[in-house]
Amino acid sequence: MEIKAGLMDFEALNKMVRADAEDGKKLVLREVNGQRYIGCGLCGSAEIDVYGTPGNDMAAFLNGPSITVYGNGQDQLGNTMNAGTVVVHGSVGDTAGYSMRGGEIFVKGSAGSRVGIHMKAYKEHHPVLVIGGSVGDFCGEYMAGGTLIVLGQGGKPSPITRYCASGIHGGKLVLRGEVSPSQIAREADVLPMDEETLSEIEPLIERWCGYFGGDKRELLSGKFTLIKPKGKNPFARLYTNNVY
Amino acid sequence: MSISFQMPRYEVLRREDRCVKCRVCERQCANLVHRYDADLDKMIADEMQCVNCQRCVVMCPTRAIAIRRYPLEYRENANWTERAIVEIQRQAEGGGVLLSGMGSPDDKPVYWDHMMLNASQVTNPSIDPLREPMETSVMLGCKPDSVTLGADGSVKTKLPPQVRLSMPVMFSAMSFGSISLNAQKSMAIAAKKLGITFNTGEGGLHRDLEEYKDAAVVQVASGRFGVHTDYLSAGCMIEIKIGQGAKPGIGGHLPGRKVNADVSVTRMIPEGTDAISPAPHHDIYSIEDLRQLIFSLKEATEYKKPVCVKIAAVHNVAAIASGIVRAGADVIAIDGFRGGTGAAPTRFRDNVGIPVELALAAVDSRLRKEGIRQRVSLICCGSIRNSADIVKAVAIGADACYIASSALIAMGCHMCGTCFTGKCNWGIATQDERLTRRLNPEIASERLVNLLSAWNHEIMEMLGGMGLNSIEALRGNRLMLRGIGLNQKELDVLGIAHAGE
Repeated sequence: MEIKAGLMDFEALNKMVRADAEDGKKLVLREVNGQRYIGCGLCGSAEIDVYGTPGNDMAAFLNGPSITVYGNGQDQLGNTMNAGTVVVHGSVGDTAGYSMRGGEIFVKGSAGSRVGIHMKAYKEHHPVLVIGGSVGDFCGEYMAGGTLIVLGQGGKPSPITRYCASGIHGGKLVLRGEVSPSQIAREADVLPMDEETLSEIEPLIERWCGYFGGDKRELLSGKFTLIKPKGKNPFARLYTNNVY
Repeated sequence: MSISFQMPRYEVLRREDRCVKCRVCERQCANLVHRYDADLDKMIADEMQCVNCQRCVVMCPTRAIAIRRYPLEYRENANWTERAIVEIQRQAEGGGVLLSGMGSPDDKPVYWDHMMLNASQVTNPSIDPLREPMETSVMLGCKPDSVTLGADGSVKTKLPPQVRLSMPVMFSAMSFGSISLNAQKSMAIAAKKLGITFNTGEGGLHRDLEEYKDAAVVQVASGRFGVHTDYLSAGCMIEIKIGQGAKPGIGGHLPGRKVNADVSVTRMIPEGTDAISPAPHHDIYSIEDLRQLIFSLKEATEYKKPVCVKIAAVHNVAAIASGIVRAGADVIAIDGFRGGTGAAPTRFRDNVGIPVELALAAVDSRLRKEGIRQRVSLICCGSIRNSADIVKAVAIGADACYIASSALIAMGCHMCGTCFTGKCNWGIATQDERLTRRLNPEIASERLVNLLSAWNHEIMEMLGGMGLNSIEALRGNRLMLRGIGLNQKELDVLGIAHAGE
């Protein structure tokens, strides 16, 4: 099944996507021109290929389907996603994976600010976000669960910029490349790579290479920094009880 | 460590001639105030722990207990009051942000009490709701600019989704976590019986409440706790929480110790983890971004649910509300600074925001002036204490009111303001099973139904007295209000004349 998005408005396009997305079948969207909310709230196991540039909030509340973007994604990709897979053959904008609770996002290129903000994990849900390039400020802010990997490809001096993992109280970030403690927030512990994490990320990097090409061994041989929260109650000592 | 300068706030008066040492008070007090001393063969009290929640007073079978202010006389000083001194002492000992429960107790103007309603005399007849039809139901949602009728009189215009309320009242957002499941369930049962709604707050929808989901407003806030496709489709309306009257401009922290197994399931986070709602939604930095979240929720629910945006009443509320209408919200809830809370920083609660009466009037006037009032319903909240407050709110321009503290008081809350301790002796603001089982949802929901049925009848009587037979005819009908003891500026903002004019 194919839909030509062209200059169709988002409401009409998404209505067609909801009607045509069938479990286990492929739906191809061509000439996508910034239409928002593609795959928003979609459940089931459809596979959707997107050609062009999908708009903001793609895969928001996504609950099962797989979406592959042959182009760049914009802001809030995978917002509050629950399950499913998103693969982007390009870069994505700000707050990718905002509050995602489950599912996986693989990005070939880079991502903007506040990537993976407030990612969570819950029972069998363990969200994964893998960025091939580098990310902007506040990456992993308020992170509460899941795994966020930044591979640092593309020649930037560091995979992150500033205030990484501020307010983190769960989950972990794995950063490949040069990272200075001054780039990391004080709530976070900066640790060397460990065996457990290495074995966790190996299959994820293998999949990233499978989607976008690249040498798994070379990627795994780089310098990694592991970021974890110092505690799961970062504000435990913030308050004094008042009686008024 | 230095000694504490704190003294008790309350004194426990026990009439020895009445006390039968049955130890009910001891069992009822989670703050561990009462204790039986076997050596003395009498009940003794640790008054430092008393919060004056009145649980022991009510439960004492012989009426032996009374609580009064601890007779501690600070030097008379209108500036350095007892409260000012005690708060400094507490912060000097604790070193933290002062945290308070319940709405602001400050002596700031309550404009409801400065407005009087009209009544019919001679020139138009009043209506007796005991004998004549009287309509108090309201429809919340965006109304079309015009309606086209078919030849047979049927409505041809496609109407946006609406929520029908049997009376202009809804239970306001209180999450499972901040209050007990029994408290939420009490409101859910009452809402379903009454034909109104309850609100999940940002805590997800507990599986035990699924049978009441048609009466649920499901909230989406910055932490996105418990938000998934089933949750969004479950309720009759989705509410985006931008702000809360008790703490405008900041988010919320549910401490990990309150995230027990059950709370963890509805919030969909691991047990014992802090549930942090950041101050802003990080996908909303502008009206355009708000529009994006509104439409992502509409897309996710196929445009079948109205979307409400809840904001705190702040200085530029009218312009903000105008933007929210243009962003596509179907309903706006405006929460005044006196609004309740389970926990808010004291300084925010008492110093940030504006009275909801003025905010509501400013918003209604602005939306009318811009010709967009019909595109949105307005909910007024932030300390609605009785049916007269509701009637006045509707006359200023509200479609409905949210109540929370009033509902909790109906269930047993005595406004002791220590919700954040998790030791609520009335079983409301606690997750301690020993305490929550004190609140029976069947009984508490009946009390809520009683309260609101009484209010509804009072609303009908007041409408009838004004010669009106429907709540719709009162909405924004500010001619029905007159101010008393208000200056010209206040009257202008409220859009009402002074009494006698």
